[in-house]
Amino acid sequence: MPSRSRTPDADAATVGIVGPAAPVLSAADVARVIDRLAHQILESAAHAADGGCALVGIPTRGVPLAHRLAARIADFGDVTIPVGSLDITLYRDDLRLRGARPIVETREPAGGVDGRTVILVDDVLCSGRSCRAALDALTELGRPRVVQLATLVDRGHRELPIRADYVGKNLPTSAEQSVRVLMTEIDEVDAVYVVGGDADE
Amino acid sequence: MSEDPRTLRHLLSAADLDRDTAVELLDTAARMHALQAREVKKLPPLRGRTIVNLFFEDSTRTRSSFEIAGKWLSADVVNVSAKGSSVSKGESLRDTALTVAAMGVDALVVRHNASGAAARIAGWVGCHVVNAGDGTHEHPTQALLDAYTLRQRLGDIEGRHVAIIGDITHSRVARSNVILLNTLGARVTIVAPPTLMPSGIASWQCETSWDIDSVLSGKAYGDVDAVMMLRVQRERMSGGYFPSEREYAIGYGLSPERLDLLGDAAPVLHPGPMNRGLEISSAAADGERSVVLDQVRAGVSVRMAVLFRLLAGNAEVVV
Repeated sequence: MPSRSRTPDADAATVGIVGPAAPVLSAADVARVIDRLAHQILESAAHAADGGCALVGIPTRGVPLAHRLAARIADFGDVTIPVGSLDITLYRDDLRLRGARPIVETREPAGGVDGRTVILVDDVLCSGRSCRAALDALTELGRPRVVQLATLVDRGHRELPIRADYVGKNLPTSAEQSVRVLMTEIDEVDAVYVVGGDADE
Repeated sequence: MSEDPRTLRHLLSAADLDRDTAVELLDTAARMHALQAREVKKLPPLRGRTIVNLFFEDSTRTRSSFEIAGKWLSADVVNVSAKGSSVSKGESLRDTALTVAAMGVDALVVRHNASGAAARIAGWVGCHVVNAGDGTHEHPTQALLDAYTLRQRLGDIEGRHVAIIGDITHSRVARSNVILLNTLGARVTIVAPPTLMPSGIASWQCETSWDIDSVLSGKAYGDVDAVMMLRVQRERMSGGYFPSEREYAIGYGLSPERLDLLGDAAPVLHPGPMNRGLEISSAAADGERSVVLDQVRAGVSVRMAVLFRLLAGNAEVVV
């Protein structure tokens, strides 16, 4: 996604958040949104028949997000949903444009993906190209019965016919802006920022 | 070479790699290795790219592992060897390289018996060039796979002490390893008989010794964490570098007795092919310390990482 940087270990200062800009979603908002997503998944998929459900996070921040969703689903519904992670670097269609990037770990959810309802979890949905790459990468792991997509933020600007099944927050943005999701596990704070085009790289 | 280390254009020398790039390549190789556990090993990132293995010198493991690495990344791989090509009709290195490159190749993997051949070719052609061994100069992917194997065995390489023993004069592996191990923060001691110690060794970043026993036991330069045995390259030798094979084996071979001088955890590496009974005893080659086959396994992963790093995304550089 062109206007989104995913520096793995960046903190708020280095991801380009400048000045006193307030987050679009505060830590409390993020927690609330995750709770709602957990409820929605619980209602429609968590008790999926034959094989059940698995959450698969797309690195970097989709992975902690998937773990949090699973934890909340366990709190609310008393179901344990296995969590995995899926590296999509090797499946991206923009490798030639953006250059080689570090490959991160792919971890299959316990019990695999075959015959299950697999919910891909990403922090920001934009062009849909990450999701397309994730679908390709997922094929290599097995054949899920159903694949769904959960995202914390949907910012529009789709370039492919892809739609999320669970959306935490619709955030209309201009193409010049960029959305930064910070998660405690990586960034030591939970927040979502919209960064103006000029503050960006 | 390149201004920005992030845009690695060619891999000609271990010195082309700064510490961050080297660590990134080793990390990528580890990921590639994990992905090879799958039933379907092919990955898509280099689809539509063409890699030519241009080998002017015999090779089994390097060429086949570059070929497998390219194919598992979905590139098309073509092998050109000097035997049976126009080279045997007298075509020059430049003409051969330009001819192959003119076919729309994205990368050339070059092995040649002249030092500097890959670097010369990189100056002539527009595509990426990987040095797969040039004479007695360098063999950077071998150094990477040795570092990968060491990391597997020892955890971190930083602060470790590696002894490289054998025919240093004729070894491209030794030079690349000394450079890369230093980049990664290890200490290197070179051990060789005086006749097989290269004349410029003083400028290498390492300790040197003629006495294998005092180095292995740690008396000379401190405990040794890993031993790398090098092949006695009889094909590159024109004269008498040592009186007899038996004398070399006694003086510098890794015998069972010398193995006992090492600390318990120290692995034994050998880039292969091994001369059993000459530089390495069968006890050392087949024992628990031996990581020779791990090195071969690492070869594919490491070369996948290198091809991925060079080819995935540097498209606009090649115009």
